[in-house]
Amino acid sequence: MRAPRPSKFDAPPTERRRIAVASAAIMVGSLVTLVPLVATVPFLPPFGLLMLLAFRLRDPELFPSWGPLPLGLFDDLVSGQPFGSAMALWTLIYIAIDMIDHRLVWRGFWQDWFIAGGAVTFCLLGMRLFAAPLGAPVTTPVLLQAAVGVALYPLAARIAAGIDERRRRAR
Amino acid sequence: MAPPSAKRTGFSRRAQYGVFIGYVAAASGVVVGLVLVLLSFFNPPVFAAFRSAVAEATTPISSGLAGLRRAATSPGSLADYFGGADKIRELRTQLAREHAIVTRARMINAENRRLRALLRIRDIEVTPVVAARLVSSTASSTRRFATLNAGRRQGVEPGMPVRGPEGLIGRVIETGFNSARVLLLIDAESIVPVRRTRDNLPAIASGRGDGQLDIRSAGSANAPFQRGDTFVTSGTGGLYPPNIPVARVTQSARDAAPGRMLADPDSLDFALVQRPFRPAPLPERPAAP
Repeated sequence: MRAPRPSKFDAPPTERRRIAVASAAIMVGSLVTLVPLVATVPFLPPFGLLMLLAFRLRDPELFPSWGPLPLGLFDDLVSGQPFGSAMALWTLIYIAIDMIDHRLVWRGFWQDWFIAGGAVTFCLLGMRLFAAPLGAPVTTPVLLQAAVGVALYPLAARIAAGIDERRRRAR
Repeated sequence: MAPPSAKRTGFSRRAQYGVFIGYVAAASGVVVGLVLVLLSFFNPPVFAAFRSAVAEATTPISSGLAGLRRAATSPGSLADYFGGADKIRELRTQLAREHAIVTRARMINAENRRLRALLRIRDIEVTPVVAARLVSSTASSTRRFATLNAGRRQGVEPGMPVRGPEGLIGRVIETGFNSARVLLLIDAESIVPVRRTRDNLPAIASGRGDGQLDIRSAGSANAPFQRGDTFVTSGTGGLYPPNIPVARVTQSARDAAPGRMLADPDSLDFALVQRPFRPAPLPERPAAP
C-alpha cells in the first residue's frame, strides 16, 4: 500500500528549505570555476548542470519546470559563456527529461546515468555553438570535457543523495 | 515502481493548468535565454555590469585559494639540496667563462644608448598600471577568460594589455571595482598583430580555443614558417606595446602555422597591466619665423 501523496495544503514547511538547499548545492557546483587555475583548455565539466541533473533525476517534483531558469542565469554570470546560454539549454534539458519521464515507466541508476550523459553532451555542444566560431578547432576538447562530465555524474548523484539523506535524518 | 508524479495530472483541471502554465513559463524562459545569447553575441559588453558585480564577490575567494596554492607549492624540490657543492662549483666556472660576454654586452649597451641619443629617438615610457595576479579562469567554458584581482580602483580599464614575465598574456575586457576579466591570447576571438624576430615578417597571431595559436602571415603570400620561429608584438593597431614576446611556432608550415604562447598564464607569478600603446605623435615642425 502506497502512502497517499501529500497535498499542497499540508505540505511540510521543510519543503521550501529543501529547495533552498538543493539550489545552493547547484550554485556551489557552478562556482567550482573559482579554483585558482588558469586553464588553457576547457577541462572542468559543468558541475552546476551535473548537480541539477542529479537532483532532478532523484526527485522529479523538487523544482517546477521553470526551475532551471534562475539557476542557469546564475551559472551564466560565473561561467564565462554568453549570457543566457545556460538559461536556455538547462531549461530545454529539463523539458526533455520531463518528456522522457512521461514515456518511461521505470528507470534505475543506469538509465539515469545515460540520460544525464546525453544531457551533459548536448549542453556542452550547444554551449560550444553559442560561444566559439564554427571553424574553431575546439570540438575535441569539448568532447573530452563531456566525457569527464559523464564520468563524474555518479559523484554528483552521490552528493545529491547525501544531502537528501542528511535532511531526512535531521528531521 | 516509479513514484507517482505531480506532473501526471489525471483529471484535475487545477493540476492540469498548473503544469501547463509551468511549461509555458519554461518555454518562454528558453526563448528569453536565446534572445539574451543573441544580444551578447552582437554586443558582448552588454551584461558586463552583472558579471563584474558577481565577480566582486567571488574574486576574493579565488584570491584566497590562489594564495593557499602558492603557499603549498614550494619553488624548488628537495632534490635541489643534493649535490649542491658540485652545482655551485659548476656555476662559478660558468660565471667566469661568461664574464667576457657580459663586459662586451655592457659596452654595446652603452654605445647603443649614445647612438640613440644622437638619433634623438624618443622612447615611450612603458610604466605598468598595476601588478596583480590572475586568480581563476573559466575552466568549464569554451571561452578563455581569466580573472585578475585588480580593477578600476587600481586604475585598470578595458583594453589594457596584460603581460607576464615571459610574454603577453592577453587584454582586459571587463572591469569591476576590484576585479577584472582578461581575454587570454588563446581565446578564439583574440587577435594580436605580431612580427617575426629574425626578419620582421608581419603576421597575425589568433587564438584557436584549444590552447594553441594560429600564426598567419599578414604581408607576403606563401611565407615559410619554421619550427622555433619567435614572434613579438609589432605595435600595429596601437593597443599592444611593441616587442613583447608572444608565441613560438611549433610546426614548420607555409602561410599559417600553429604556435604556442610563450607566457604561461597558470604560473604563480605576477601579471603586469600596462597602458594601451599609442604611436608617438609626429614631431612638430618648428614654426617659420
